[in-house]
Amino acid sequence: MAVLDRKPTASPEVSPETREFWKAAAAGRLLVKHCPDCRRNHYYPRTVCPHCFGAHTQWLESTGRGTIYSFTVMRRAKEPYALAYVTLDEGVTMMTNVQGCEPEAIAVGMRVAVRFVATPEGPPVPMFVLETSAEAQP
Amino acid sequence: MAQSISRYDHRPHGATDEDAVGAFAFPEGTATIKRRVTLTEFASEPWYEKQDMSVRGKAEIVGIYEHPTRKADDQSVSQLHAEVAHGALADAGLSKVDIDGYFCAGDAPGLGPLSMVEYLGLRVRHVDSTDIGGSSPLLHVAQAAEAIAAGRCSVALVTLAGRPRAEGMATGTAPRVYGAGAPDIPFELPFAPTGIGMYAMCAMRHRYQYGTTAEQLAWIKVAASQHAQHNPHAMLRELVSVDDVVNSPIIADPLRRLDCCVITDGGGAVIVAAPEIARDLRRPRVRVIGAGAAPKHLSGGSFDITVSGAAWSGPAAFAEAGVKPADIDYVSIYDSFTITVLIQLEDLGFCEKGAGGRFVADGNLISGVGRLPFNTDGGGLCNNHPANRGGMTKIVEAVRQLRGEAHPAVQVPDCRLALANGIGGSLATRHGSATLILERV
Repeated sequence: MAVLDRKPTASPEVSPETREFWKAAAAGRLLVKHCPDCRRNHYYPRTVCPHCFGAHTQWLESTGRGTIYSFTVMRRAKEPYALAYVTLDEGVTMMTNVQGCEPEAIAVGMRVAVRFVATPEGPPVPMFVLETSAEAQP
Repeated sequence: MAQSISRYDHRPHGATDEDAVGAFAFPEGTATIKRRVTLTEFASEPWYEKQDMSVRGKAEIVGIYEHPTRKADDQSVSQLHAEVAHGALADAGLSKVDIDGYFCAGDAPGLGPLSMVEYLGLRVRHVDSTDIGGSSPLLHVAQAAEAIAAGRCSVALVTLAGRPRAEGMATGTAPRVYGAGAPDIPFELPFAPTGIGMYAMCAMRHRYQYGTTAEQLAWIKVAASQHAQHNPHAMLRELVSVDDVVNSPIIADPLRRLDCCVITDGGGAVIVAAPEIARDLRRPRVRVIGAGAAPKHLSGGSFDITVSGAAWSGPAAFAEAGVKPADIDYVSIYDSFTITVLIQLEDLGFCEKGAGGRFVADGNLISGVGRLPFNTDGGGLCNNHPANRGGMTKIVEAVRQLRGEAHPAVQVPDCRLALANGIGGSLATRHGSATLILERV
């Protein structure tokens, strides 16, 4: 099977609450939210902390590295793609796609690194490549 | 009454219940109330019985109906709602004017119960349209029992209907959006999360954590097909083997075509009534003795997708009913996919967490063969999953079993206690689990 390289067809809608996140995405940086009140991170980002309801949440730049929590390959799609949950090193798990490798190369527990992929009408979205791939090297 | 219990238990947002699976910690807040009282604890308090807040025995299911169609080319959705309501009334021996409460969910067209009570020509004094996806009817029965106990109505109609098959809907293989403007959409939809894709990720993680195999999952479909062969209305009546399932085309690893439920049109209805009304109807009587509901979600990115909301709704229902999993004679388990069944059985306590694969193998769910007969109508996997919502048919077959009206080939002998469970929404993101425990009177 070919290398996974899905282009999103849906674009994220930017709201005032998430504007910073998408601005950073356009600059190739992945943000999560940190709450100084309970000292926990969360994703997707909210203004009010979903853990403790603290109202002082701050943006935290992620290293963009993480581990595959689970995944599946949509085999019957016109262009097969890998849907995944990735647990970032900052401790939050996010929905994404794994790209840049053959589907058979993916396994739960593998290390991955972020790359941003363009959307038709909005900012780019965070997808991941295997850390062993050339693209993932810093 | 000083306190009330919400059936819609929000525990996954905060404190954990020691009765539930403690495999992971939910986010902790700064609690003002230092100790959250759980329904399990309520049920063991003497004043709980005295104040009589339980739904136990307060209401009975007096009418059931499952639409025989599986493809409704020539019927509208509202027409299907009317037809199932008609069928359930006939089954109960009641007429339309007896109905004074009405429940429906998001499958009803228009402004939910307002559009529907007008269309049906009902004159009711109580309506509710809580939508927790396909498990909504199970919650509606509990809410109907509460409403009856509170005197808000005495005969409640619950309907569900839809026609995704006639409309050519790609139910499981195209990304679905539940209501524009949901805050999760920008962070999920660009990645094309499909129905089957999300459940496949649950199966993949369950396999990783517990070694669950494709063959073990296949046994769930095999059991459903063993039952469906006796149901003349079932969409898939052909027997399938474990080999058939594991050799069917892969759709989303590790789930294959035969791990999926059917896409069908039609629907169903139930009528819930006060015991004094049920007594006069000369039908076998089935009462609600326990109920629980719990939403589960992604908890700010800190979650375990091998656990469903049934880990909370189940213990709440068992506590209210005063029974244990080992007491249950028959189960209706929501079966959008094989993995859905396996995870619920674990969370409901029919086996240990992680042992679901071994539990469902070797025909353990087949009536007359295994220890826990399930979905004897063929379930959503083989019989019917109308409107992409499998909750209604789960109630209907549980009532058939308790009445002794299931097909003789699958009827559980002396069926006294049944459990029905639903998972609505998506197992791998946000869903509502609803549990009902029903008893033959």
